[in-house]
Amino acid sequence: MCGLQKIDAMPLLQVKNLRTYFHTRNGVVRAVDGVSFEIEKGQTLGIVGESGSGKSVTCYSMLGLIPQPPGRIESGEAIFDGVDLLKAGPPQLRKIRGKRIAMIFQDPMTSLNPYMRIEDQLIEPLLIHERTDRRRAVELGVQALKDVGIQDAAQRIRSYPHEFSGGMRQRVMIAMALITKPDLLIADEPTTALDVTVQAQIIELVKRMQAERGMAVIWISHDLGVVAGLCQRVNVMYAGRVVESGPTDGIFRTPQHPYNRALQKSIPALQPKGVELYTIAGMPPDLSKPVAGCAFAPRCEFVQDICRTPVELKAGASGQSTACVRVQNGDLKL
Amino acid sequence: MSEAFLQIENLKTHFPVERGMIIRRRIGTVKAVDGVTFSLARGEILGLVGESGCGKSTLGRTILQLIPPTEGTVVLAGKNLAGLNKHDLRESRADFQMIFQDPYASLNPRMTVFDALAEAMRAHRKIPAAEINERVAALMQKVGLSPRFVKKYPHEFSGGQRQRIAIARALAVEPKLIIADEPVSALDVSIQAQIINLLAKLSREMQLTLVFISHDLSVVKHISDRIAVMYLGRIVEIGPAAQVFEQPLHPYTKALVSAVPIPDPEREKQRQRVILTGDPPSPLDPPSGCSFHPRCSYAATECSRAVPALEIFDPARTVACIRAREINQA
Amino acid sequence: MPDVAEIDAAEPGASLWRDAWLRLRKNRLAVFGGVALIIITLFCLVGPWLSRYTYEEQDFAQYAKPPSALHWFGTDKLGRDQMTRIMHGGRISLGVGICATLVSLTIGVLYGALAGFLGGKTDAAMMRIVDILYALPFTVFVILLMVVFGRNIVLLFVAIGAVEWLTMARIVRGQVQSLRKQEFIEAALSLGLSQRRIILRHMIPNVLGPVAVYTTLTIPAVMLLEAFLSFLGLGVQPPMSSWGTMIKDGAELMEEFPWLLMIPAAFFSLTLFSLNFLGDGLRDALDVRTSKD
Repeated sequence: MCGLQKIDAMPLLQVKNLRTYFHTRNGVVRAVDGVSFEIEKGQTLGIVGESGSGKSVTCYSMLGLIPQPPGRIESGEAIFDGVDLLKAGPPQLRKIRGKRIAMIFQDPMTSLNPYMRIEDQLIEPLLIHERTDRRRAVELGVQALKDVGIQDAAQRIRSYPHEFSGGMRQRVMIAMALITKPDLLIADEPTTALDVTVQAQIIELVKRMQAERGMAVIWISHDLGVVAGLCQRVNVMYAGRVVESGPTDGIFRTPQHPYNRALQKSIPALQPKGVELYTIAGMPPDLSKPVAGCAFAPRCEFVQDICRTPVELKAGASGQSTACVRVQNGDLKL
Repeated sequence: MSEAFLQIENLKTHFPVERGMIIRRRIGTVKAVDGVTFSLARGEILGLVGESGCGKSTLGRTILQLIPPTEGTVVLAGKNLAGLNKHDLRESRADFQMIFQDPYASLNPRMTVFDALAEAMRAHRKIPAAEINERVAALMQKVGLSPRFVKKYPHEFSGGQRQRIAIARALAVEPKLIIADEPVSALDVSIQAQIINLLAKLSREMQLTLVFISHDLSVVKHISDRIAVMYLGRIVEIGPAAQVFEQPLHPYTKALVSAVPIPDPEREKQRQRVILTGDPPSPLDPPSGCSFHPRCSYAATECSRAVPALEIFDPARTVACIRAREINQA
Repeated sequence: MPDVAEIDAAEPGASLWRDAWLRLRKNRLAVFGGVALIIITLFCLVGPWLSRYTYEEQDFAQYAKPPSALHWFGTDKLGRDQMTRIMHGGRISLGVGICATLVSLTIGVLYGALAGFLGGKTDAAMMRIVDILYALPFTVFVILLMVVFGRNIVLLFVAIGAVEWLTMARIVRGQVQSLRKQEFIEAALSLGLSQRRIILRHMIPNVLGPVAVYTTLTIPAVMLLEAFLSFLGLGVQPPMSSWGTMIKDGAELMEEFPWLLMIPAAFFSLTLFSLNFLGDGLRDALDVRTSKD
C-alpha cells in the first residue's frame, strides 16, 4: 500500500449500526438488527451463529448483494477505506467488489459457470478491473492456480468446472477471489459443503495466502471449531444481533454471554464422551416479531425482568464485549 | 462382547455404469460397498464415518435392503435379510428402520403427524381404533413432543421437531435395529444436541441397536460405542470410539481425526495436522491394492499389490493396513 | 401415562391445501377468474330455462337485429335469439372443455404415474409411445375420425381428450420420478407399506398440485381446439352451436352485424382469461417454495 498512512490509523472496514430488514408478506423480518464491528488490516474475524442469525446477510448487505425488494438496508454505514459501501453508487461499488473486497461462497458446485472454461472465469476480474491484456492475465491465472495448490495448472486452466472435484472447485474459487490481490476476503461458509480432510486443506490454504499477502479475512461459519483454529477475533451472532465479540481465546475460554456459553456446552467436541449434552430450551425467535430487550431472553436460564429492557454490546474488562444486561451490571458471572 | 445381534458378512453393493439410449452398454462398475464385514451386539451403537462418496449411506441402505446387495449376508437376530423374498422382506421390515438426513424431505408434506404415525403402526399389526390414540400420544411423548401437535402438518414444525417426528415414525413399528443416516447434519448446532441426546436415551432405554452414519467425527465419537471408518467402499478400521479417536491406527483415520477442527483455540494451536493431498479417488477407477495408498504418507511398494484385509490389532480393534504394527509401534 | 385427552384437544393443523386456499383468496385476479367462471357457468346452465326463446326458434320479424329490449344480445341472420344461443353454445364449449379435460386427466395421470413409478424399460417404452402420438398431426387425426365415424360431439370429446392427455402424462411422470427419490417415499418403503398404498397415499396427493394447475390450463386449450375445429367445419352441427361456431359465423358477417361476432367472442375470451387467471393463481398458491418463507 503506497501513501495511505492516514488510513492505516483507521480500521480497514468499520460497520456501524447496520440494519437490514426484509419486507415479506408475513411481515418485516429483522434479519440484521443493529450490527457494529470493525476489522483491521490483515486481521481474521470469525462470525459465528446458527442459521437465521444474520451472519451472511450482514456481509451481503455490505456488498450490495441483498435482493431489493424484499430486502432493505434501513440504517447504518460500512466504511471501507474511507468509502461508505452502503451509500456508494453501483459503479463505485463494482470497482471495490471483486477487486478490493472478494468473496467466496458455500457451494463451489454452483458458484462457477458450468459453460465457461476455468480460464475465462478466473481471469475475468483481471480483464474487468485491471484491464490487463489477455496473455498476461492467463499467466497470472496459471500462477494463481499454482498458488492454491493445483497441479498441472497450465493444462488444468483449460478445463471446465465439472472436470474438478468439490475441493478443487473451492480452490479455483479462492484463486479467483485472490487474483486481484484484495484487501479483504469474505468467506461465507466456504468449507461447509466439503469433507473434513478437504476442509483442513482449504483452511491451511487460506492461512498461508493470508500470511503471504497480509489481507484481512471475514470467515462466516456455524462451525465453532473452524473459527477457533483460524480467527483472531470472533463475533457471535443471535437473531440478527452480535451478542458477544472479542479475541478468540476469550470467546472460547471465558464465554460471558449465556447464549455463547450454552452453544459451547451443547457441542459434543468439547464434552466428555457420552454425557448428556446441554440443550438450549425453545426455538430461535421469529424475526418478524419485534423483540423488547435481549432476543435470547425467552430461552435463557438466567433471565430476569431486567432482560426485557434494551441492551447494547458493551466492552468489558478483558476487551470482550457482551450484550447481556446482567453481565454488564456485574450480577451474572458465568 | 456378547453374541452378535447384527452380523454382516462380505456385503457388496455394485452399481453398473451404463451408457447409451436404447442399447445400454455396461462401461464399468461402481463398487460403492465392496466387502464389508462387521457385527454388532444388541443395544450397541456403531458410528460409521467416512467422507462423501465413501459408500457409508449406500452401506446403510443395503443393510436395510432398500438397495439390493450384490453379494453377502445381513443376519439380524438369526435371520438373513439378504436371502428373503419380496413378501417376507416386507413382513420383516418392522424389525429395522431408517432415520434420514433431511427432515424436510423425509416426511410426506400432505399427511398430518397423526396419520403418518398411525400408518406406520398399522403397517405390520392390527391395532384397534380405540387404542391408536393412546399409542400415538405415547410415541409423541417418547420423542419429546406434545401430543397436542398431532393434527399438524410437517411444514408447521421446525427442523428439529421434524426430526423428532421422523424418529417417532421409525419407532412406531418397534424395530430392533435403526440406521440413522446423518440424522443431525441438517440441523443447527443447538438443535443437534437435542437429537443426539434423544437418540442416546432411546437406544439405552429400548435396547435399540443403532448404526449412526455421519461425516462429523466429534458427533460420532460422542454417541457411539464403537466406530467404523470407511474409505472407498471398505471399512479400514473398527474399534472402541474413544480409542479410534484418540489413537487412530490406520493412516487414513489418523488424517481424518487430525482434520477435525476443535473449538478450543489452545488445543487447535498445539495440534499437529496431517494434511492429505489430493481428493479421494473415483470409485469407478479405484487404485490397486489398498485404495488409500496414493494419498498415504506411509505407503510402501507392497501397499499397491493386494487389498489389505481387516486384521485384529488388539482384542477390541481391527485395522486394514499391512503396516499397522510398524506404524503404531512407537 | 400418555395423555390421550390431549389428542382429542389437538389443535387442527393447516394442510398445504388450506394454506393454498388462503393464498388463492388473496390473489385478486384469481378470485375474479373464479367468480366470473361461476357466473358464466350458471348463466349457461340455468339461462335456457328462463329464456323466452329456444336456440332454434326463429323470430321472423327480427332478422339480424342489434341488441334490443326484446332480444338483449340481438338476433342472428335467421332471426334466432343470440342470448339463448350463447347459453347453449356455452354448454357445448364448456362441456367439451371439461369432459375432454377429464378424459385427458384420467388417462394422463394413470399412465404417467405408472410409467414414472415402474421406471426402467417399461417407462422408456411407455414414453416412446407418447412421443409417437405427439408426432401425429392432430387435424389429420380428427378428419380421419370424422370420416370413419361421422361427425358427433362425443367423438369430439374423445379426439381432443386423446391428444391432450399426452402432456398430462409427461408432467405426472416427471413429478412421480422426482418424488420417487424423495426420502419420505424411501421411508414408506422401509416401513414395508404396500405399493398400492405408497402410490395412493404418498405419490398421488403430492402430484395433485401441478395436476390441478395444468387442468385449469388445459380447459381453455381444449376450448380453443374445439373452436378451431368448429371454425374448420369439423365441430358441432347446425342448428346446434358452440361458441366456436358462433364466432365463425359472426366473423363472416362482422362488417354488417358486428354484435354477432363481438358478443360470443367476449364470452369466449372472458372464460379463457378467467381460467388462465385461476390457473396462474393456483400455481402460485400451490407452490411450496412460496409457502416456506
